[in-house]
Amino acid sequence: MNYVIVGNSVAAVGAIRAIRALDQDGTITVISRERHNAYGRPLISYLLGGLINEKRMSYLPEDFYEQNRINLLLNSEVVAVDSVAKKITLASGDSLPYDKLLLATGGDPFVPPISGLADKDRVFTFTTWDDAAKLKVISQDINRAVVIGGGLIGLKAAEGLNLLDKSVTVVELADRVLSSAFDRPAGKIVARKMKANGIDVITEDTVVSIEGNGREITGVTLKSGDFIPCDTVVVAIGVRPAAGFLKGSDIEINRGIVVDSSMATSAEGVYAAGDVAEAADFFSGQKNPMPIWPDAYIQGDIAGTAMAGGTKAYEGGLAMNSIEFFKVSTISMGVTNPRDPSEYEIHAFQDIQNYQYRKIVLQDNRLVGAVLVGNVDRAGIFSGLIREKIDMTPFKESLLLPEFGFINLSREIRDQLFAPQGKTSDTGRTQRAVGH
Amino acid sequence: MKRIYTIEDACIGCHLCEIGCITEHSLSKDPVKAFLHEKERPISRCTVEERDGGVISLSTTCRHCDEPDCLRACISGAIQKNAEGVVRIDREQCVGCWSCVMACPYGAIQRNLASKKANKCDLCPDRETPACVDACPNRALVYREGSQK
Ligand SMILES: Cc1cc2nc3c(=O)[nH]c(=O)nc-3n(C[C@H](O)[C@H](O)[C@H](O)COP(=O)(O)OP(=O)(O)OC[C@H]3O[C@@H](n4cnc5c(N)ncnc54)[C@H](O)[C@@H]3O)c2cc1C
Ligand code: SF4
Ligand code: SF4
Repeated sequence: MNYVIVGNSVAAVGAIRAIRALDQDGTITVISRERHNAYGRPLISYLLGGLINEKRMSYLPEDFYEQNRINLLLNSEVVAVDSVAKKITLASGDSLPYDKLLLATGGDPFVPPISGLADKDRVFTFTTWDDAAKLKVISQDINRAVVIGGGLIGLKAAEGLNLLDKSVTVVELADRVLSSAFDRPAGKIVARKMKANGIDVITEDTVVSIEGNGREITGVTLKSGDFIPCDTVVVAIGVRPAAGFLKGSDIEINRGIVVDSSMATSAEGVYAAGDVAEAADFFSGQKNPMPIWPDAYIQGDIAGTAMAGGTKAYEGGLAMNSIEFFKVSTISMGVTNPRDPSEYEIHAFQDIQNYQYRKIVLQDNRLVGAVLVGNVDRAGIFSGLIREKIDMTPFKESLLLPEFGFINLSREIRDQLFAPQGKTSDTGRTQRAVGH
Repeated sequence: MKRIYTIEDACIGCHLCEIGCITEHSLSKDPVKAFLHEKERPISRCTVEERDGGVISLSTTCRHCDEPDCLRACISGAIQKNAEGVVRIDREQCVGCWSCVMACPYGAIQRNLASKKANKCDLCPDRETPACVDACPNRALVYREGSQK
């Protein structure tokens, strides 16, 4: 079997491990337009801020590619897929045949049209190792930076620059930072902590134009009319599935590449996983991109299994984020901020002064979401309870306890969830082993 | 592979497993020195949970899952599974993002806030039997081959 994987990040790694678990003999070719081996993409802010060195960026043990017998083509961009002839074309003009193809191309940073943006030098995006390296190179010359976007990537960019002692302003359109993962109190706590550490956060506003002399930036004008002087702009509005190179192919694309529960696309032998894919959501089953690291790994694993002839079904993407800002830990998962609260039961505890917050969201007595700020210990028990769809009625009251644990569940559930062999997948579906 | 089994009915909530774990992972391997004098005193990798004033208790720890959620969530690659199936964290590589804490359905990863490193059971690589199992006076922890029954 001849496997070709486009992209060389976490979804690709999940797929490589799954393929090799089932097929030791097939050839695997991995193609990436980046020049690095797989690295911890979320670590680029730590790299920028000087918290870690380049050596710690590598995501894999040194001998990973060799051990798994991977033909690795770095610095190579795939420009077209012909799913009828079963081959891909590289920017160099070369083409490569495949039996099974995985598209794990992740996301491209989205840059909205902003007046004055195109002709300025110091406008950056912040999604790759090289983006961080470029910012680092010019960092001596940065006095004030404006980060457009208060989502995960924007806050990470702001944190990295702040660690270098640069003054940073984050401009966010929503009424709080991290609006997709957080509710108001959690967003407020994080914003408060950022302000205390010298990062300015402006909400409910956006940048309409970048001002300057020639290629140099002097500041940005906001929709509200305010002007913020700065010399550097980082655009961090978000990422879009990197599926542009598939134009003209017969692979179905909506917002991302549409996949079924085995990560198969509409074209035979072609799979997609990670940020580029549009797979089912855990709760609604509706398809949408879920651009988070753990999910990219899981999707890669499912795709690789299917490509090597195994069967495993995706149980749907569960949104979850763990982010720490200036020593305040935050973890959020599932439904954190229901649009129609009347359908949900919400329990919360807050002590904003001490940066402590805990919120539990239930629907029909099942746990569907949680936000933890400050004390995040054992948060994973909640993600397990969400995935297992356990009826929480008898122990609802204990969910807000800081020491909440297995002991608060019923003996029966405990025995079921707590089987010593942990999660297994011998039925094909990832599930938890039952009984002792 | 061998795993640690918890026998809830035999647990008396004495926390000796935690002490055994801390001692084993300390520099001196001596409980008194570890608790009183070591600057970076380890924290326990097993957690004794108690309820109703200790009437019910049980010791929980990592299951060394076949498909570890912690490994899949780890953004730095610090968590790896070796050929024997043991899941370990490389402390040098860990960046303290707590993604593993968020993902482990067993709540089996601890935050060491002093060192800002995640902490989990490593099945005591230098010992025949994990220290927590040896430390339990009541055999509430058993180390044996797993059955998939
Ligand atoms: C700054 C930052 C911080 C983040 N922090 C977190 C976090 O804390 N937690 C979390 O869960 N997630 C975080 N994320 C998101 C996470 O990094 C992504 O969800 C994850 O990397 C997706 O993995 P992937 O394998 O799908 O694709 P990617 O990691 O995006 O990799 C895709 C690869 O494919 C390559 N490629 C694309 N097109 C082509 C082509 N045509 N030919 C060849 N190669 C191509 C790309 O260059 C890239 O190397 C963060 C992201 C950023 C940018
Ligand atoms: S830490 Fe949790 S997820 Fe990781 S192997 Fe142990 S039990 Fe499994
Ligand atoms: S805290 Fe450390 S081990 Fe855990 S996910 Fe983050 S980097 Fe990996």
